[in-house]
Amino acid sequence: MKVVGIAGSIVGSKTKTAMSLLWEEMLKAYPDTDHELLDLADYELQFSDGRNYLEYTGDTAYVTQKLMEADILFIGTPIFQASIPGTLKNVFDLLPTQAFRDKVAGIVVTAGSAKHYLVAEQQLKPILSYMKAHIVASYVFAEEKDFLNGKVINDDVHLRLQRLAEDAFDLAEAQAGVREKKEAEYDF
Amino acid sequence: MENYRIDSSKGIEFGIYTLGDHLANPHTGERISAQERVQQLVRLAQLADQAGLDFFSVGESHQPYFASQAHAVILAAIAQATEKIKIGSSSTIISTSDPVRVYENFATLDLLSGGRAEIVAGRASRVGLFELLGYDLHDYEALFEEKFDLLLQINQEEVVNWSGEFRKPLRNAQVLPRPVNGSLPIWRAVGGTPASAIKAGYAGVPMITAMLGGPASVFKRTIDAYREALTARGFDPTQIPVATTGFFYAAETTQEALRDYYPHINEGMKKTNGQGFPKQLFAQAQDHRSIINVGSPQQIIEKILYQHEQFGHQRYLAQLDFGGVPFEKMERNIELIGTEILPAIKKYTKQGGTDA
Repeated sequence: MKVVGIAGSIVGSKTKTAMSLLWEEMLKAYPDTDHELLDLADYELQFSDGRNYLEYTGDTAYVTQKLMEADILFIGTPIFQASIPGTLKNVFDLLPTQAFRDKVAGIVVTAGSAKHYLVAEQQLKPILSYMKAHIVASYVFAEEKDFLNGKVINDDVHLRLQRLAEDAFDLAEAQAGVREKKEAEYDF
Repeated sequence: MENYRIDSSKGIEFGIYTLGDHLANPHTGERISAQERVQQLVRLAQLADQAGLDFFSVGESHQPYFASQAHAVILAAIAQATEKIKIGSSSTIISTSDPVRVYENFATLDLLSGGRAEIVAGRASRVGLFELLGYDLHDYEALFEEKFDLLLQINQEEVVNWSGEFRKPLRNAQVLPRPVNGSLPIWRAVGGTPASAIKAGYAGVPMITAMLGGPASVFKRTIDAYREALTARGFDPTQIPVATTGFFYAAETTQEALRDYYPHINEGMKKTNGQGFPKQLFAQAQDHRSIINVGSPQQIIEKILYQHEQFGHQRYLAQLDFGGVPFEKMERNIELIGTEILPAIKKYTKQGGTDA
């Protein structure tokens, strides 16, 4: 399994903190995983201009190809203006329409307050579904009060992140099994 | 239809198109040289000609895993090697070429082939050629529309007066040589969606449309939209042809055809498009409504006739060489087309024939 995570904003710290913790917990449970956590703040991505992702260069080529190679994706996003940040939407726009076919996607959301809880449900999940991801049904939502000085201080968030990692791996394994069985039935 | 050298009373035309891809055979992992690949295209056209097929075309792609960048040159070799079959591009990316040079090339090809040349102009699905040939990707649509218009004007007028944004004006320009009968059939290549089909309709030019996977009824919407656009601008849809294209592979049994061709499509698309072709979608080729013409000859005959019933199109182009198909398999396909498929579909679609 190739696992790729993405911290979907170039500003702020909560999403990056939560994703780093997810990575820590995930690697405890699945130490031999081929993994990479991409923080969008470390890359200069161009805006999507509609070309095939193979034709981008530099950081844009690197990030899109990493995402396309993944079996499991963890999408970390803050909430900006009651939605996902434009930086993250741009990453989706850079990819083919069915980019997440046969991939599992888990979601980590950070926000200033609980008022934004349904943003991922109503705005991020439809994008991932459209791109054909198998979405882990429950996502992890963490808000301002769960963080202090670059750390997650709410134990419940730790445990929820552990469960998210586990659910994503279980779903990926189950889907791979179904696919294998199905493809064997085709007999070609 | 005479303007487009098509006689519908003889039934639907059947042709082969190649993108000139240059990929390894996934069954063996081996890739032939670019020299062998371009020579193979000429031999394939020759076989298609001998088997009585109507049309053979070669596309240009300027990126790794392709060998037909200079598609007009390959077509010239094909013109020499063949006798009756009509030949053309699939497609010529007019956006990144000078329409004057394109017309000179294809008019010459028409002279060399004795009036058999056609142009299919497209916008390119991959865009690396914009940088390679010195164009700005931001002008993707404007470049195509302007240059395609100029190409059509050159085809219609012996003396051209033209000005536009992307090249110097033409004043009383003669674009020579002229084709055998004064003009060439020029088609617009259209992806699966209605948007550019409608543009082709408004311009009153014939349309050739790509169909990767899915049911015929979905692609019928594109064709209907095209004909509505034709009618809206006062053109007669019964006088302007439609061609369809898609994956094709025939073998003794459907299972054998699927087994043979799927790895070529899947691995080839991974390399050229960055994503494989879903096996589930490919497996649906077994349903007569799927537009993937892969199966036994009998099944393919039924599918093409069903598609003809749906679309009322004048030409079907098969893509049977994608992804490193070994030449003997291409030969076998041409043989099955020539001996079984072509006679059957002609019989049922010609004037006075009984459509199945």
